[in-house]
Amino acid sequence: MNAPLSPLDRPNSYIGKALPRPNAKRLLAGRGRYVDDIQLPRMLHLAFARSPYAHARIVGVDAEAAAHMPGVRRIAVGAELAKLCAPWVGTLLHFKGMKSPPQYPLALQRVFWVGHPVVAVLADTRAQAEDAAEAVRIDFEPLAPLCGMDEARAGDAQILHDGFTDNLAFRTTLENGAVETAFAAAAEVVEVDLVFGRHTPATLEPRSLIADFEPGERALTVHHATQTPYQFQDVYARHFGLDESRVRVIAGDIGGSFGMKLHVYPEDMATVAMSLLTGRPVKYIADRGESFLNDIHLRDHRVRAALAVSREGAFLGMKVVDDTAIGAFSAYPRTSAVEGNQVVRLMGAPYRLTHYRGELNVIFQSKTQTSQYRGVGHPIACAATERLVDLAAARLGIDPLEIRRRNYVTQDMYPHTTATGYRFERLSLEACLDKLHRLMDYPALRAEQGALRARGVHRGIGIATYVEITNPSPAFYGVGGAHISAQDGCVLKVTPSGEIQCAISVTEQGQGTETIIGQIVADRLGVERERVRVLTGDTETTPHGGATWACRGAGIGGETALQAARKLRDNILGIAGAILQLEAAELDIENGEIVDRIGRARRLSLGELAALVYFRSDTLPPGVQGELTVAQHFAPKGFPFAFTNGVHASLVEVDVETGFIKLLKHWVVEDCGRIINPLLVDEQIRGGVVQGLGAALFEECLYDDQGQLLNGSLADYLVPMACETPDIVIGHVETPTRDTELGAKGCGEAGTSAASGAVLNAVNDALAAKGASISQIPMTPERVLRALGVV
Amino acid sequence: MSSRLRVEMIVNGEPAEAFVEPRTSLADCLRHHLRLTGTHVGCEMGACGACLVMQDDVVSHACLTLAVQAGGSRIETVEGLSERGALADLQAAFHERNALQCGFCTSGMLMTAHELLRREPLPSRERIRDALSGNYCRCTGYEAIVDAIETTARRRASAQAPA
Repeated sequence: MNAPLSPLDRPNSYIGKALPRPNAKRLLAGRGRYVDDIQLPRMLHLAFARSPYAHARIVGVDAEAAAHMPGVRRIAVGAELAKLCAPWVGTLLHFKGMKSPPQYPLALQRVFWVGHPVVAVLADTRAQAEDAAEAVRIDFEPLAPLCGMDEARAGDAQILHDGFTDNLAFRTTLENGAVETAFAAAAEVVEVDLVFGRHTPATLEPRSLIADFEPGERALTVHHATQTPYQFQDVYARHFGLDESRVRVIAGDIGGSFGMKLHVYPEDMATVAMSLLTGRPVKYIADRGESFLNDIHLRDHRVRAALAVSREGAFLGMKVVDDTAIGAFSAYPRTSAVEGNQVVRLMGAPYRLTHYRGELNVIFQSKTQTSQYRGVGHPIACAATERLVDLAAARLGIDPLEIRRRNYVTQDMYPHTTATGYRFERLSLEACLDKLHRLMDYPALRAEQGALRARGVHRGIGIATYVEITNPSPAFYGVGGAHISAQDGCVLKVTPSGEIQCAISVTEQGQGTETIIGQIVADRLGVERERVRVLTGDTETTPHGGATWACRGAGIGGETALQAARKLRDNILGIAGAILQLEAAELDIENGEIVDRIGRARRLSLGELAALVYFRSDTLPPGVQGELTVAQHFAPKGFPFAFTNGVHASLVEVDVETGFIKLLKHWVVEDCGRIINPLLVDEQIRGGVVQGLGAALFEECLYDDQGQLLNGSLADYLVPMACETPDIVIGHVETPTRDTELGAKGCGEAGTSAASGAVLNAVNDALAAKGASISQIPMTPERVLRALGVV
Repeated sequence: MSSRLRVEMIVNGEPAEAFVEPRTSLADCLRHHLRLTGTHVGCEMGACGACLVMQDDVVSHACLTLAVQAGGSRIETVEGLSERGALADLQAAFHERNALQCGFCTSGMLMTAHELLRREPLPSRERIRDALSGNYCRCTGYEAIVDAIETTARRRASAQAPA
């Protein structure tokens, strides 16, 4: 453990303390304000007539009957909205050769997935809009859908999009060292062919927005359940030809997002377009069925990989092919190629590995688009790598922990560059593994496993090491031409009574952003935490910034707040020094009072100082300008990413007669750098782990061969429930990044990144006694029984 | 479907009336007609538990109940239960333990916890997890919620224990 940033026992030392979230009390009393809770005067409600086919031509639309239904105010088809909204294309310049067709608010000639919106219906109530949408008659000519990955790549495959010569959105290969030579020299080669199911976010709050266009000033206000209000301000301004300064996006309380609510959806654009057409507020709240069909899906990968090892268990080389199916379009503005790109770049990342070849194929098909979601590629790369590692350990008769220890990147190697070009400032892989070993009492668990196996109980222990990308620089999106900020901004203001208002561009979805920013500001400034009010999520009242994605809130937003606090502190002490005729360096701030640095005698309160500045500036010494508002921006400049690391362990019991898997316990030892609030870090880890457990055992969007989603409801699609999830034990190692004063990295995706891989290894460890193995997640009872040869 | 019916209920201890279509769910009536937006709609089919309210002292899915069916009944929502302090210790325990993140499932979680602890004052962790199986949470992973309910049960038991 590194020394804390400041002594935890001094007044106002909040960085590192487990404090509950001030804003949670409001949510607990039912006083949240989610988008659907907002009712605006003259507001209309939007519903869509959608495609029932995965692929079809639109022959004609007859909305005559619908237009005369009760409450209907306006009906629009694709061509009308296309006139208002410039199309969008989900590609990035640094993904060379990437392609995706333009997208529009509503389908034009063809529909490309079941649920593709075709006609927009605006009515006085949502129920009326739905009634009328049902009465819209759309004449479709069904076309053959493209459903499978292999089918899409076959030589005689139909080409889904006009003007393209294949069904690949993107293809890339990476090569480092001499892979074939390494494989030729290997004592053993282990291989995997793993399938990762397509699943869906299923945030409890569906996608929600209200667009309110005011024609007089051509001003647009959008109440939008999103992580990234600044990105949407830019998108709405550019695509609708509005002045950016008159586009305001407000992201209030958000009912879960995890990456899903930062992509641009056709319904978002249609909602804004319908408000532009009518000059009235328009509300669109996806229902659960619409969410299943149209929210981005995630994963859907097939990874074939091989690892070459020496007789001593040293990793010599790795070959990887990742095929991923992304649906009919690449998502905008972040694309649908980032997940696969991270898979081929993160494979083998924790290990010393020089000789590497990775190939990525990003494939179009007739389904909902997939895109970035919590973990983005990490769970796939982690599971595939860690499965290979376990297979190598088993082949060579080496303990799974030991083979990892022998191959980890070690402390003498930093800064370290991986075979795929990622640069690590410093990781703590060995320390995390040692801590995990103690935390789970590994030898005792192995002994218990053996004893139980003798009695016919099949338990398995699985380990998965992860390395996670956090604190991204513009290398992620900015260099690819996307208007996605990698910097953040913070404005701090002293109120006349000496309280602090903090407006910052990182956003809150319940993870505790506002809490940790308040801790940092209070700590660095020297005021009580309760006296700092943090405002987020409104483009009109906060500076422009990246907001929340890729685990950047604490590391980048936190450093922004820290630097802003230092700037304000300097101003306060400068003014106080001038008033007191002392050097600023002779003064300090403690509990909101300006005190002597030596002796700590109280001089004046922040409120007294602010009152002088604001109300009696005539009494200030000549030349003193009372700057009690400061603005600070911060962009990461050192390493392109701050990599975190950690290791998970899973203990499972497999019922070899029914195929059911019981999750008994899960452990995580993680290193997210400086921990600002251990309570919140632990809960980010736990929540992330359970999303990974869902991927491992339960969650999958099932389609038939016509591209129809078969389990599109929360009764049919399985999410982890309280009765199935285990208690999760968490340990920490802290390796602060030296790129910032704060030293924080991200922690929001670490749970999801390795949980499914740990469970995959645990189930395979249990099945090994029966000579069986499984290579597809989710590991449903049926798949387990198939693996066992029972069915 | 547009003819509206008058529904009278006792909501959070006060008489309330609304004019609703026969198809309007109790959840939509509470949220959009009576503006009690603490009750949420997550799945509209009784699976996720975000819409749970107390109906005549029994926890009930407001998304599966038609408003007209609820006529004449006593409804309590998170707003009313909070105001009369019935959830105060549960809410405090949830807050201390950070047993919520986005907050969308939270009112439903509190309803389930409230009813569970009335029926079983000292449930085991397994029993709490079982009782919560009709409440989905995508943020927390449930452990903190289980902890908060367990803590509340223990605190209530020790408060009632003879001195």
